[in-house]
Amino acid sequence: MEKILVGLKRVVDYNVRVRVKADGSGVETDGVKMSINPFDEIALEEALRIRERGEADEIIVMSIGSSDVQQQLRTGLAMGADRAILVEAAGNVDPLSRARVFREIAGREQPGLVLLGKQAIDDDNNQTGQMLAALWGRPQATFASKIELDGETARVTREVDVGLETIEVDLPAVVTTDLRLNEPRYVKLPDIMKAKKKPLDTIAYDDLGIEAAPVIRETVFEPPAQRQKGIMVDDVAGLLTALKDKGVL
Amino acid sequence: MAKILIVAEHDGTNLNPGTAKCVACAAEIDGAEIDLAVFAASPDAVAAEAATLDRVARVLTVDRAENAQALAAVIAPQLVALAGDYAYILGPSTTFGKDLMPRVAALLGVNQISDIMSVEGSHRFKRPVYAGNAIVTVETPADRVVVGTVRTASYRAVAAGGNAVVEAVALDVELPGHTRFVGIQSGQSDRPDLQTAARVVSGGRALGSSENFELIFKLADKLGAGVGASRAAVDAGYVPNELQVGQTGKIIAPELYFAIGISGAIQHLTGIKDAGTIVAINKDEEAPIFEVADLGLVGDLFTIVPELTEAVG
Repeated sequence: MEKILVGLKRVVDYNVRVRVKADGSGVETDGVKMSINPFDEIALEEALRIRERGEADEIIVMSIGSSDVQQQLRTGLAMGADRAILVEAAGNVDPLSRARVFREIAGREQPGLVLLGKQAIDDDNNQTGQMLAALWGRPQATFASKIELDGETARVTREVDVGLETIEVDLPAVVTTDLRLNEPRYVKLPDIMKAKKKPLDTIAYDDLGIEAAPVIRETVFEPPAQRQKGIMVDDVAGLLTALKDKGVL
Repeated sequence: MAKILIVAEHDGTNLNPGTAKCVACAAEIDGAEIDLAVFAASPDAVAAEAATLDRVARVLTVDRAENAQALAAVIAPQLVALAGDYAYILGPSTTFGKDLMPRVAALLGVNQISDIMSVEGSHRFKRPVYAGNAIVTVETPADRVVVGTVRTASYRAVAAGGNAVVEAVALDVELPGHTRFVGIQSGQSDRPDLQTAARVVSGGRALGSSENFELIFKLADKLGAGVGASRAAVDAGYVPNELQVGQTGKIIAPELYFAIGISGAIQHLTGIKDAGTIVAINKDEEAPIFEVADLGLVGDLFTIVPELTEAVG
């Protein structure tokens, strides 16, 4: 295929211990390390491997967000993407609007495959890929752990609750990635230098004419209920006694 | 009155227990009038089971050969055709529901509420974000249909004492042929299903090999428990991925949970925080799992687990 479109979302790095702000207005993001959403990194890695196998010519990475997102797009270019598109938007963009933006860009670029992470590790919504597939009228293969391309179709193995499901989809299609699809490569310093010369186009969100979506408002954030530390027992006999005392055995 | 449609999850023969948990969530909405939709190639058995669920008014069956497997791209347009004047359309936050419901939401022109963990009002819900490190209250527009997935670990299944009406529905919907089922590979066993078992025994990386993981299976069998694993154990190849418990695996709420040789990474803890009693067995007394365990035992699992297996008989 000619092109693969990959979505990259900028999120709080997965190693950061996220804390809810005291006033409940959100979580602390000031001075916190930001990274590419790990599932999106897997999506990009898969696109790179498909290109390296000679099954795709060009990889476009795309993000929706503030100009800060350029950082993640540059990382994507350093990993090996050919060019980047930033759809610059102020504030948080909801999943349906994101899907509509991807639909618009998919219409312009005509990719054979759109690869997205199955969910972002900030809002944990797990929606955008499925929504894009719906709006585009194309197949979706979510939670992919294996992708095999064969001309006009793709065979995708999906991680589902009962095991591994395999489906065949006509291309173009939307595939969302699960953890075990691959292990993303590390970026090398010379590649970071090279990435600075790769094209990064910015499009204003407002210029895309995206229909306004009914937004789900986030009103109050709170920390989760904490479990209390229990008691330590000395041996198996003590454990059995305690379990029986609790009435669970 | 709040008209609610829940999409039933099933394997063609049996209803998935997640469905009864969705009903429990829906029943918390004021004035709930709950219908279930069963999309199947031969829905009778599943519909009969669905009709026994408390609080369900009607079971709508859509009988089509294309529904033999649950493909989101095939079911979504049918669910949209059924949506009519329902104020809520819900599904379980299982891989089935996570795959299907956003596709439905997009076709209906709304965002989805993912992983509803509590109902706070007719259009107000709580859901976890940041891998469960924060809980957010969300408000959906009251003038639009609410599409959501229900975090099944947050709810107890409704009882099976009901007697709903079963109605066959014929939908004039063209279904796409662009998505085709090829096959499923499942490590299914006679053990209780991990997601719904009252007791679960999970093993971690400290087991060291898939052979050693037998210790976990033996204890589980003695307890009549389901078997789970940490992501580290799955990534190391000791057990298949469908056993993974945690944020990126299954989120479970058994009455009794054994975490054996599991250090307790946040992503694992997210998957078990609604468990009744958590027992941790680990040789490292500093392991974070002990911070959340109700009962902790420090020691060598290779000695403790066989001893425990022997003793619980």
